[in-house]
Amino acid sequence: MIEIRNVSHRINGTPILHDVTCDIPRSGITALIGPNGAGKSTLLNLVARLLPLEQGAIVVDGEDVSRTPSRDLALRLAIVAQQVGIASRLRVQDLVGFGRWPHHRGRPGPQDAAAVAEAISDFGLEDLRHRFLDELSGGQQQRAFVAMGFAQGTDWLLLDEPLNNLDMFHARALMARVHAQTRPSLDRPRSVVMVVHEINYAAGWADHIVALKDGQVSASGSPKDILTPATLSALFGMEIRVEQVEGRPLIMHHL
Amino acid sequence: MPDRRLVLLACLLVLACALFLVWGLKGRVGFILELRSIKLAALLCVGAAVGISTVVFQTVTGNRILTPAIMGFDALFLLMQTGLVFLLGGFGYLSLAGPAKFLLETVVMMAAAMALFSLLLGRGKHDMHRMILVGVIFGVFFRSLTGFLQRVIDPSEYSVVQGAMFASFGSVDPAQLFFAGAVTLAALAVLARLAGTLDVVALGRSTAIGLGLAYDRLVIALLAVTAALVSVSTALVGPITFLGLLVAALAHALMRSHRHAVLLPASAMIAATVLVAGQWLFERVLHLQSTLAVIIEFFGGTFFLFLVLKGRIR
Amino acid sequence: MRPSYFLTIVTLTVLALVSVLIGAAPFDLRDIASDPEALRLLLVSRLPRTFAALLTGAAMAVAGVIMQLLVRNRFVEPGTTGTTEAAMLGLLLVTLAAPAMPIVGKMLVAALTALLGMGGFLVLIKRLPPEQPLLVPLVGLIYSGIIGAGTTFVAYQADLMQYLGVWMSGEFSGILAGRYELLWLAGAMAVVAYVAADQFTIVGLGRSTSVGLGLNYGQVMALGLVTVSMVTALVVVTVGMVPFVGLVVPNIVARIMGDNLRASLPVVAGMGAGMVLASDILGRVVRYPYEIPAGTIFGAVGAAIFLWLLLGKPANGARNA
Repeated sequence: MIEIRNVSHRINGTPILHDVTCDIPRSGITALIGPNGAGKSTLLNLVARLLPLEQGAIVVDGEDVSRTPSRDLALRLAIVAQQVGIASRLRVQDLVGFGRWPHHRGRPGPQDAAAVAEAISDFGLEDLRHRFLDELSGGQQQRAFVAMGFAQGTDWLLLDEPLNNLDMFHARALMARVHAQTRPSLDRPRSVVMVVHEINYAAGWADHIVALKDGQVSASGSPKDILTPATLSALFGMEIRVEQVEGRPLIMHHL
Repeated sequence: MPDRRLVLLACLLVLACALFLVWGLKGRVGFILELRSIKLAALLCVGAAVGISTVVFQTVTGNRILTPAIMGFDALFLLMQTGLVFLLGGFGYLSLAGPAKFLLETVVMMAAAMALFSLLLGRGKHDMHRMILVGVIFGVFFRSLTGFLQRVIDPSEYSVVQGAMFASFGSVDPAQLFFAGAVTLAALAVLARLAGTLDVVALGRSTAIGLGLAYDRLVIALLAVTAALVSVSTALVGPITFLGLLVAALAHALMRSHRHAVLLPASAMIAATVLVAGQWLFERVLHLQSTLAVIIEFFGGTFFLFLVLKGRIR
Repeated sequence: MRPSYFLTIVTLTVLALVSVLIGAAPFDLRDIASDPEALRLLLVSRLPRTFAALLTGAAMAVAGVIMQLLVRNRFVEPGTTGTTEAAMLGLLLVTLAAPAMPIVGKMLVAALTALLGMGGFLVLIKRLPPEQPLLVPLVGLIYSGIIGAGTTFVAYQADLMQYLGVWMSGEFSGILAGRYELLWLAGAMAVVAYVAADQFTIVGLGRSTSVGLGLNYGQVMALGLVTVSMVTALVVVTVGMVPFVGLVVPNIVARIMGDNLRASLPVVAGMGAGMVLASDILGRVVRYPYEIPAGTIFGAVGAAIFLWLLLGKPANGARNA
């Protein structure tokens, strides 16, 4: 479980998060939703210790994020941040391979190679594995970075807008893959926390929803409870209709 | 009715010239005055050439950051001079008659400048950073190539032309000054007539053509004038990368006008004032030799950096 | 062995052999057993000169690639980011203040100012928009121009211009045994960089990815900055700057092999060493018996290659998607 307690955060003096407290359960997919500027990415980055924690506490499976050595956290928690200006001329296979670096620190063994091969095949990157990153499209790069996060083999995987740049085929494939990896019936199910922009992906795949607005948690719970016309209309400040399709909510936000 | 600010600039320039001529005058007054007059004429000439060529170049490129010097034009001039010595030999170079040499240099310079310019504009018209960077690196390339050629030229021949080639504020060649002055005056005359047309060129290619201007031909002519002016100033005192940038920015800021009838004289006078006053300050008052160019590079570079960080180069 | 490593070793061996055989004095390798003069020439002049060129090239190419990964921009190297100029300024100031200081001390002062110069550059480019990768080298060039102008001013006032000329143009003609050994330290720094190759590659992926993988980002940055400034200072103090080695060599290697330093760093070092040695050899034969400094030759060739990189395919040029 990730316990977030009374977290406040400012960036350049502007308050981004205000006294955020919530729990993220150690199972399935948790989606962070909310309007632009609600603080979703900031919260994710704080959990992943990419930003220094200013106020409050964040505890991942009993380990305080601000006190645990970064190396140890890298074995528990992987983050795929939004990539700006990717320019490294690495081959896809090498990039995914660096996901194993926290485990081998320079001396990869057979189990590392196996994890890399699995991640590459899981995300349909076989044909791209020898291509250079800077010669790929934005969507292909995105998939390579998510595969790298999976190869890290951690219990927790944090994804910041992983569907950016992906067409609908690859977006659905990615969600299906993430979903399959998080089923509790597995030997070692992963827990995924993701910032999702297109809310219907959260409606379709998430097990748990945390809704943020103006730097505060405005609602949290199961999709069925949160993705209601009343909650969503208040969250996004517009009339939103919600239909039920095959037992899951379908949010008609575009009409 | 001339603009009051232009009158003020003219007064400043006259004051600077007077200081330059009479400050600390003693001993053989006539001789010293003659020496100083030659130097002053050279500085005025360079100032006018740099100021005007920069404004015209910025109008043609539609960009307030580019200057001929930043794009490597004056490095190109040095390379061409060295190349001529390399091809003709030191004595062949020196035996070229003054006007013929200048004409040859200017023609070669114009051709090379046009080639460089069309390469830059053709490749990266919409990628300003690439264009500036390529221009800067071309400048570095020309300088390195010049350095290489100088090493390859026979040392004895090299020493023959070294004096003729490496001009500085401290040493002005009177023979060069005559042609330089003539070219600058001719360019001034042409541009004075074209001032109104330049205002239209500044609107950009499509608008200018829409208004019935023979744009492409005109741009070639303007670049030719720019190339000639760059040759003049570089031949007289050597390259000063950032003077044009400083001066053109000052002229635009001070005059707050798009009219070239105002901008051209203003930039010419500002450049001349900066050079004359600067040279007076450094040579006569502070007794620092030959450091004006370095100081201009220092402050001009800082100013350029300021423009970049302020987001003015986007 | 990888074919690229094999090619590098063969080329370097051939170049080194040529370098040993070419020079003003007549020399034949077969004489070294019989003629003590020939052996002395080999040990005192020819070998040191060859080693100096190899070490300079290798260390500067490695410094260049490290800098590019730290800054996350392909078009930077110590010479285009104020690092070299700052080293020269420091060297100039320490020469003025303490002319008697031993060369190692002067080198350390120069390394310190190089570090400061590079720090200033990093502060500057932090304010640039990340989607404009070509602004970074542009700002670097202007920034180094400003420091260079300041250095020239000081040198002019102190009448030390000839020193500046020596530091700015890398030349190996004066290299004898006893005058270049500091360069082995630069070579050692390159080896240290190879040990940390993975860390540098990860830093090149950006701070988020580095921290996410549990890397001590600040520590690796510091190691990289110290390596680059030490190498720069060492080269400036011993042979003078060879411009563009750190820029063009990593770019050429990255086009073919990519940025995974664990695989490419030996080739980067080898290619830098080979190109500088080749420039030095060329400088000895082009205008025989006069010599043209390797820095002068590489300056022209390097600038031309840089232009080719800039005008070539933009996708590879810009460190941007």
